[in-house]
Amino acid sequence: MKYPLLAAGFCAIASSAIAEIPELTVYTYDSFVSDWGPGPAIEAAFEKTCGCDLKFVGAGDGAALLARIRLEGAHTKADVVLGLDTNLTQTARDTGLFAPHGVSADLDLPTAWGDDLFLPYDWGYFAFVYKRDALAHVPTSFTELAVSDLKVVIQDPRSSTPGLGLLMWVKAAYGDDAPAIWEGLSDNIVTVTKGWSEAYGMFLEGEADMVLSYTTSPAYHLIAEQDAGKAAAPFSEGHYLQIEVAGKIATTDQPELADAFLNFMVSEAFQAIIPTTNWMYPAATPAGGLPDGFETLITPDTSLMVDSGKAAGVREEALQEWLTALSK
Amino acid sequence: MADRAFKITPVIGAGAGAVLLLLALILGPLGALLWRAEGPAALGVGDWAAVRFTVLQATLSASLSVALAVPVARALARRQFVGRTALITLLGAPFILPVMVAVMGLLAVFGRGGIISAMLEWVGLPAVHIYGLHGVVLAHVFFNLPLATRLILQGWLMIPSERFRLAASLGIAGRDVGRILERPMLRDVLPGAFMVVFLICLTSFAVALALGGGPKATTVELAIYQAFRFDFDLGRAALLAMVQFGMGAVAAMVMLWIAVPTLMGAGLDRAVERQDAPAAWWDGILLAAMTLFLVTPLLMIIVDGMPNLFSLPASVYLAAGRSLGVALMSTGIAVVLALNIALMVVRLKRGAVLVESIGYLVLSASPLVIGAGLFIVLFPWVDPVALALPITALVNALMSLPFALRTLVPALRDIEASYGRLADSLQMTGWVRMRLVLWPRLRRPLGFSAGLAAALSMGDLGVIALFSDPDSATLPLQMYRLMSAYRMDQAAGAAVLLLGLSLALFWIFDRGGRTDADA
Repeated sequence: MKYPLLAAGFCAIASSAIAEIPELTVYTYDSFVSDWGPGPAIEAAFEKTCGCDLKFVGAGDGAALLARIRLEGAHTKADVVLGLDTNLTQTARDTGLFAPHGVSADLDLPTAWGDDLFLPYDWGYFAFVYKRDALAHVPTSFTELAVSDLKVVIQDPRSSTPGLGLLMWVKAAYGDDAPAIWEGLSDNIVTVTKGWSEAYGMFLEGEADMVLSYTTSPAYHLIAEQDAGKAAAPFSEGHYLQIEVAGKIATTDQPELADAFLNFMVSEAFQAIIPTTNWMYPAATPAGGLPDGFETLITPDTSLMVDSGKAAGVREEALQEWLTALSK
Repeated sequence: MADRAFKITPVIGAGAGAVLLLLALILGPLGALLWRAEGPAALGVGDWAAVRFTVLQATLSASLSVALAVPVARALARRQFVGRTALITLLGAPFILPVMVAVMGLLAVFGRGGIISAMLEWVGLPAVHIYGLHGVVLAHVFFNLPLATRLILQGWLMIPSERFRLAASLGIAGRDVGRILERPMLRDVLPGAFMVVFLICLTSFAVALALGGGPKATTVELAIYQAFRFDFDLGRAALLAMVQFGMGAVAAMVMLWIAVPTLMGAGLDRAVERQDAPAAWWDGILLAAMTLFLVTPLLMIIVDGMPNLFSLPASVYLAAGRSLGVALMSTGIAVVLALNIALMVVRLKRGAVLVESIGYLVLSASPLVIGAGLFIVLFPWVDPVALALPITALVNALMSLPFALRTLVPALRDIEASYGRLADSLQMTGWVRMRLVLWPRLRRPLGFSAGLAAALSMGDLGVIALFSDPDSATLPLQMYRLMSAYRMDQAAGAAVLLLGLSLALFWIFDRGGRTDADA
């Protein structure tokens, strides 16, 4: 163990010695930095203008990302954290690790935005996705889904961001009646998975009629696979809104670069990359509009969202209700 | 005797060092979490429900795996047939598969859209419902039956063939062979095999969740995951990790109490030729059934991923190379550690206790707690991300130690008991003793241990997920990234690549160990 440690130490020294250009470290979730995510294109675009080295570091998903930052505390190497959502921002705010972003941009969100610490870069609605040719009747609400004999696969709210989103969705739509909805849904739920990928994979393999995902999921199949066979079911209760945000670390040693990155984040160059790499709606619609295919997606009339300040408390209550209803 | 004690001191020293390293890497992270925790932690009602479910599913899974493994191992031990070696290699496959790949393979057979449901539908019966406790147990048996079979098969192969010949010449047949030769061996081997499977199922969580059908199927490891990521309650995560250790400790103590080590005596390392075996059809059916059970899901995975195997993005092949490097590094560490500990253990009076304790400690450790704890310890000094790959190799090596020790220690003990005194009287020590006495007889268990370590490391997602870096992704991680980018087809291709590489590594090492044996 000693030698790899030493070797790594020397490498670290060596690389900092040759690094004349400043380095901006952005912590984000894993799928953002993968070859198939927005990371590589955004890195190239930002490095063209910033005269810096942009370094993305992936850390699991949104929840793991926040845990990682809290693990590292004020000594974190991160300058910017990108990939938290509105269910996590209050907890993130309470850590005291973030500084105001100071950016005022024209955003195209379905809701007004006034958070001084966290700046949105994309958003989407949770929805149940199905295969067009497999469903004779598509449920139009949670209650209709509950009385149907359709099978759905969802994610566990204790380990997954969409899973938590569904929990908040039902709570926001039904309030105190949420437990009754969950009891009605319990015989429709085939199983609960650890994360989004497992659930979506099981759905594609035919284990369930519907899967909890995003209204934008069919766009992937349409644009990347030329497959128009997937669709999201519009629910009359409205759809839960997920807004993904980034924030600047207060103790950053690159405050100007961090600011430049946050400004870049809501600019055309960054936003145009988002729709077909992260498969979400850009926070500021690019001048050229959305890519072809996005116009086929459903657009909910009502967007539901639990106020981020109350999210942690609602989550606790909703989780207990969920556990009780599904453990019967 | 004093002379001998003096000679073995370096052996004890190296072994003790290896054990200390192990303890530091397992208990250190737990301590780090407790140290960083804010305020005292307590367990809730939900946690106890998780403990109950964990114990229930692990007990069922382990009992069933071991009970089924006994006749299968016996069939393998007493039959020679074309493809036997291939079948034994294949036995390593399910165990080393990344969890999600295996679950997908199982679903392709037992799921709603799977083969069995399709066949049932064809004759007008309702589809099978895999989700629930039975699904969790099915998956765990799929993973662990082969492992249990391998462990028990080792026991059978330890019975010197001369014993069977002697029995045959004395006219002992059928049941009596079982009573005199096989039952004492099983009494020695089974508790250990049960414990290993029990402990593996203890920390399983993605399987339990995906096939459990709902939040009832909550294991302690999921509770740890939730405590760490969601609530960032390090104290609770550490407390739950200790509960997990506690469950493992109870299991280990029960098993130590039941197990009675036996000594078989020496043979001349000949292949077992049994004249007493009953009609071959029964063994044939058994082996065919197990092969079908193991191979069909694997075949489904291969069929699913094959079309994309050669058109994967370059980054996937790069990740595969990185994973191979990690696996080889991990194998090297595992073999050195295991050999040092095993050499020490056979010289200790209560060596068995130490082996079992190490096994229980390692297998009931939470990978998440180890990862997070190491992160806390390393972060002030070095960049944990830069060390992601070496740390993964090291932790993977630790994780394969229980299996390596379980195969190496009995082998070493037998060698020492049978040839030790002769070697002593010939003044064979050190390297000469290793080369002439130990090595020829250790090759097989060592090859198996190395193969398992390599394959396990290849398929492990483990601690790397927490320290991951876009430039140092391993193959399993890259596969998950493909999945989370909607690219399920390519992920299936990556899964086949992973399966092939893991099996190839296992085969090469295992084969290397068997070149001069009965293969």
